[in-house]
Amino acid sequence: MDDAGPKPAAPPPALHGEKILAAVRAAKIDYVLSVPDLHTSLGLLKPIAGADDLKLIRVCKEDETLGIAAGLQYGDKRSLILIQYTGFMYASNAIRAVAVEHKQPMVMMIGLLGKEPGVAPQQSKRYGVRILEPLLDVMGIRRILIETDADVPLIAPAIEEAYATSRPVAILIGGKPA
Amino acid sequence: MSRMDRMEALQVLKRHITNEIVVGTYSTGFDWASITERPLNYFAVGAMGLGSSHGLGLALARPERKIVVLDGDGGLLMNLGTLVTIGKVAPKNLVHFVFKNNTYEANGGHPIPNTGVDFETIARGAGIPNVATCKTVADFEKNIANWLTIDGPTFVCMEIEQGWLGRRDYSNMYSASRRQALKEALAAGA
Repeated sequence: MDDAGPKPAAPPPALHGEKILAAVRAAKIDYVLSVPDLHTSLGLLKPIAGADDLKLIRVCKEDETLGIAAGLQYGDKRSLILIQYTGFMYASNAIRAVAVEHKQPMVMMIGLLGKEPGVAPQQSKRYGVRILEPLLDVMGIRRILIETDADVPLIAPAIEEAYATSRPVAILIGGKPA
Repeated sequence: MSRMDRMEALQVLKRHITNEIVVGTYSTGFDWASITERPLNYFAVGAMGLGSSHGLGLALARPERKIVVLDGDGGLLMNLGTLVTIGKVAPKNLVHFVFKNNTYEANGGHPIPNTGVDFETIARGAGIPNVATCKTVADFEKNIANWLTIDGPTFVCMEIEQGWLGRRDYSNMYSASRRQALKEALAAGA
């Protein structure tokens, strides 16, 4: 008889911010345009702020990022928009116009704050998280989901495809980057 | 004292524009396009308020070239935070004109929420080093060369009369062909 009591749940598989940033660098991103998101704050935004090779532009509201990214793109500079899913919803008109209708290669990395580890976004108990993928689908925006380090190799090709096809892409950060 | 006529002011601007990228928005952009068609015109329509954000991105990507933004007061009010962002990033090559007619002219001429808003003071408080309010075409004539050449960012509130309220066809302003022409002109170093 095992009297050791219930075993603790296994920790969720890891997602490391440094691996995500390596993929971002591999895709030749010059600028990061961001409103802080608690989900990606420590694992992504903080190291980006300290990086010499990624230029961080902190903006006041998420829709600014779409205009700045478009202007940068005309000057052949690549950018990454780093926001929370609530910011995506706030900026949806700018995304609709500048990214989708104007066919711009906007790369949006979107933190799913509050998504339960290992749970598919559309199965989340959080309403905002649950509706994000359907919103992206109805807007015709391609998406990938990054839960663990095993998903990170999807990032650089998704960015390259966005620029090759001049279309937006959403990189959903489901796991919390460490 | 009557306020400036926007077309008169834009005619003055046209005489000073050479290889700058001009970012136009809505009514002001439409009027600008009607007096000068050029590949280096960039129109930010479809998401009101983002003209200066487009301009900021261009300014960062092309630091060797002046970027001139022709914004509206209704548009700026939809994106006031842009002034804070520009004030911090502080691109030397960005000149931001806001044509203030106290209305959402592109949306039927309804008044902005507070016609007494002082954009010059807001821009100064946001950290933009060069700020001014321009009330006459003569004043514009006197200062435009300086505003286009000094190290920016520069912000100028242009007090104008309300323009034409009729329906405008914006479909041509952000066409794929215009976007391609701008990219080709920049690539060719125009």
